[in-house]
Amino acid sequence: MRKIATLLLSAGLVAVSTQAVSGPKEDLEKFRTYFEQKFPGLQLDEFGNGVYALDASKRLQWEAMEEFPPYEEFVDKGREIWEKPFKNGKRFADCFGKDPSKVRVKYPRWDAERQQVVTLELAINDCRKKNGEKPFKWKKGPIAWLSAYLGYEARGQKIDVKIPNDPKALEAYEKGKHFFYAKRGQLNMACADCHVKYPGHFIRGNLLSPALGHVTHFPVFRAKWEKKSKSGDGLGTLHRRYGGCNKQVRARPFPAQSEQYRNLEFFHQYMSNGLTINAPGYRE
Amino acid sequence: MTSNNHRFSGLAGSLLLAAGLVITAQASAAEDPVSAGKKIAFDRKKGNCLACHQIEGGTLAGNIAPPLLAMKHRFPDKAKLRAQIWDARKNNPRTIMPPFGPHRILSEKEIDLVTEFIHSL
Ligand code: HEC
Ligand code: HEC
Repeated sequence: MRKIATLLLSAGLVAVSTQAVSGPKEDLEKFRTYFEQKFPGLQLDEFGNGVYALDASKRLQWEAMEEFPPYEEFVDKGREIWEKPFKNGKRFADCFGKDPSKVRVKYPRWDAERQQVVTLELAINDCRKKNGEKPFKWKKGPIAWLSAYLGYEARGQKIDVKIPNDPKALEAYEKGKHFFYAKRGQLNMACADCHVKYPGHFIRGNLLSPALGHVTHFPVFRAKWEKKSKSGDGLGTLHRRYGGCNKQVRARPFPAQSEQYRNLEFFHQYMSNGLTINAPGYRE
Repeated sequence: MTSNNHRFSGLAGSLLLAAGLVITAQASAAEDPVSAGKKIAFDRKKGNCLACHQIEGGTLAGNIAPPLLAMKHRFPDKAKLRAQIWDARKNNPRTIMPPFGPHRILSEKEIDLVTEFIHSL
């Protein structure tokens, strides 16, 4: 390896050789260091608490909410869905393995056969289709309940997304990364503008959260979504939130589980590798 | 152009006032470019400048960007101020400030009015 580097160096191809060295691993190191320097003293896992890691008075209200969390009944519904057999007698456990606490940490993952990123929600609906059941809707309702249950069962484990050294997997990662840093919409803003450059600042009345730790508590139960729902169900998936953040900048959102959002999730979750899962979370 | 308008509305205002129509005070205020610009700047669906900038008279302002004050001092040249509002990318290609002109978030006229307002701060 060192020999190759020297060869390239002597050939004057310095740019090429340094580019080859920068991959997901180096991105992650830089990303984490950036946030650790921006918020000195904040424990790594605190980033999973979003704005509540940054604002003491918001945190007090949030901790009070978490005493009787409004998402609990939906986590229970998720457990029922997990346990209930399909019409053919099989269960989700036949797709995912018996232990519900071991599922969340496997997603999102690169599927070498299908040459695409498979998210937990995509795998849930794949399992339903395979067993002759109608797929769930993507952004809320049963899919979010089941995903919340699997997240709840996985609490305490660490995010561990693997990006295999396969050019197609790396391409999906790079596309997700590009999406995250690209300006979009009439207002011309990138995810990174709000969640890398300005977390800790207020945009109008909203405190902005750091992108590090964003994914640990998804699906999330939001007061805003709860108000919209007749049944008080405020749970929504990560892709529901992506759509919301795209609309805020007057960009047309992509469909949940579109290739764009799956690639974005691949990058976005990978950046939080090593942080503790605390799903589902509660947010405004 | 704007000052002509202004004078006209003032004139019309005093005529109507003489006729005893008090509401005209409001009507002429609406045509005053500074207050018209303020409305556009504060409107969440228009300039929404308060999302990022503190501005006197506005509430719940964000703190992403520098407070807009002493603007005559910072932008003696009104055209430079207008250019910043029209397309902030000219000064900072990676800015988070929306390109109000090129992306047609505000019209030429609206940007003129917002410039009047900001310059008055
Ligand atoms: C105009 C600013 C803005 C942009 C651009 C933006 N967001 Fe957000 N985002 C917000 C605000 C405000 C919130 C709610 C407060 C918070 O948690 O940060 C939020 C919340 C989130 C959350 C939930 C955080 C939590 O703790 O539950 C995620 C995840 C997220 N955004 C991802 C993204 C992604 C991915 C993009 C780009 C596709 C994006 N955002 C673009 C403003 C923005
Ligand atoms: C989403 C954030 C955002 C919004 C909305 C926004 N700005 Fe800005 N603005 C900035 C930032 C950040 C700067 C600092 C320079 C930079 O980074 O481009 C700035 C700089 C400026 C400056 C230059 C200040 C100086 O002293 O150099 C002016 C003037 C200005 N903005 C006016 C406006 C007006 C008027 C509006 C609304 C019509 C507006 N801005 C909306 C983010 C914003």
